Amino acid sequence: MNLRLTATHISKSYNGNRVLDDCSFSFDRSGTYALMGPNGCGKSTFLRICALLEEPDAGEINYLSQGHPANKDIRLRRRTTLVLPRVGVFNTTVFRNVAYGLTIRGIRRKEREERVMKVLHFVGLDEKRDQGALTLSSGETQRLGLARALVIEPEILFLDEPTASVDRKNTEIIEDIIMRMKKGGRSTVIITTHDRLQAERLADFLLVIKEGNISADRSPLSF
Amino acid sequence: MSSIVEGFGRAFSLILHLDAELLGIILLSLKVSGTALIVATLIGLPLGAFLGFRTLPLKGFIISLLNTFMGLPPVVVGLFIYLLLSRSGPFGFMALLYTPAAMIIAQTILAFPIVSSLSHSAIVAVDPIIKQASMTLGATPFQVSLTIIREARYGIMAGIIAAFGRVMAEVGAILIVGGNIAGFTRVMTTTIALETDKGNFELALALGIILLAISLAINSALHLIQKKGSAGIKR
Ligand SMILES: Nc1ncnc2c1ncn2[C@@H]1O[C@H](COP(=O)(O)OP(=O)(O)OP(=O)(O)O)[C@@H](O)[C@H]1O
Ligand SMILES: [Mg+2]
Repeated sequence: MNLRLTATHISKSYNGNRVLDDCSFSFDRSGTYALMGPNGCGKSTFLRICALLEEPDAGEINYLSQGHPANKDIRLRRRTTLVLPRVGVFNTTVFRNVAYGLTIRGIRRKEREERVMKVLHFVGLDEKRDQGALTLSSGETQRLGLARALVIEPEILFLDEPTASVDRKNTEIIEDIIMRMKKGGRSTVIITTHDRLQAERLADFLLVIKEGNISADRSPLSF
Repeated sequence: MSSIVEGFGRAFSLILHLDAELLGIILLSLKVSGTALIVATLIGLPLGAFLGFRTLPLKGFIISLLNTFMGLPPVVVGLFIYLLLSRSGPFGFMALLYTPAAMIIAQTILAFPIVSSLSHSAIVAVDPIIKQASMTLGATPFQVSLTIIREARYGIMAGIIAAFGRVMAEVGAILIVGGNIAGFTRVMTTTIALETDKGNFELALALGIILLAISLAINSALHLIQKKGSAGIKR
């Protein structure tokens, strides 16, 4: 794996309420990690901090690039991406939404077009390329969020509840996208979910956040 | 009563046989107000964006000030610019009084608080999720700002058009600093005022009708933009 993420002694409070408390974990192996835990335990917070969108109160996030510590600058941030639970669709076409990450990286139009079309096909939105992205259904919106992230070929992909508020059929489609991505397999995927069965289906490693701490899940499998 | 009908008739015939003088007046109106609008946007939009993105001391006060200035009486602005530009004023040496440039300056001052304040409202109304999304996709802080401004584009355009409506219809400022000189600083609104005074109603009516038509076009555009902007608001 080219890029390795380590969280050491992360603490984070909001309004005096401690969400993460001396939380450490090293994502040493490539593959898919599922992060579980009850509502409000700090999963999203942990992902935002790992994705360098938010600073922890204490502790450190470190990225190793080919074994060397990487500066936490825009170049590093551009090698990872986080898909938010509420996708945050831009008020433009599906195509332009997906192309966004490539446009801001200054990638030429021809390459941009090829990569976007490939990803739209991958998530099954090729027919929707010229549709206003705000008019997509919630399942399609979630897939758009995935497409927008996949097109930039992140080395670490954070997915925050990619199937929350999505029906069975779209959940299957999204899980299938994640499974196919795994097979393509250069990247590490870190996904939060409430659905234990989903975690077991998708992940190579199960993690839980409990009382502000992250640990490997040791509870017996539920089936 | 019949004289009004006759007046309208002759006004329409004036519009149909648009002569060079009338056309010149209309074009100057559009040129002065259009230029003022461009300058006002170049200043007002960045200011609105800056106020939207930064936390500044006195920010609330600046915004209240802008909102107050949105309703500035044009004659007061005219008087103020007149004092600045008149021969004994601080900028008298530039000899701008009674030129289209002076009119542009006055209308810029009238338009810019509208553009600025409405841009600001549109920008702060953009869902914060947009900022987060663009950051996660690897945008630099500057690219994040541009993305937010782009999301606010319909509100910003509405502000620009509202400002255009205001300056096109305004007569107080432009009359004081422009002087209504035939063939040089005479525009639609000042001509209407003058010709009405002279009892020359046909020309005044003809210009009034054209002004109304332009105003209608502007408002239709505004309506269209607002409709387009609110289409599919569900994220
Ligand atoms: N920006 C913020 N300001 C204040 N409190 C916050 C903020 N972000 C998160 N919190 C609080 O931190 C706690 C953890 O939130 P977080 O979103 O990380 O939980 P979660 O594990 O993702 O929950 P869920 O499963 O419901 O998504 C919650 O109590 C939340 O209210
Ligand atoms: Mg969450």
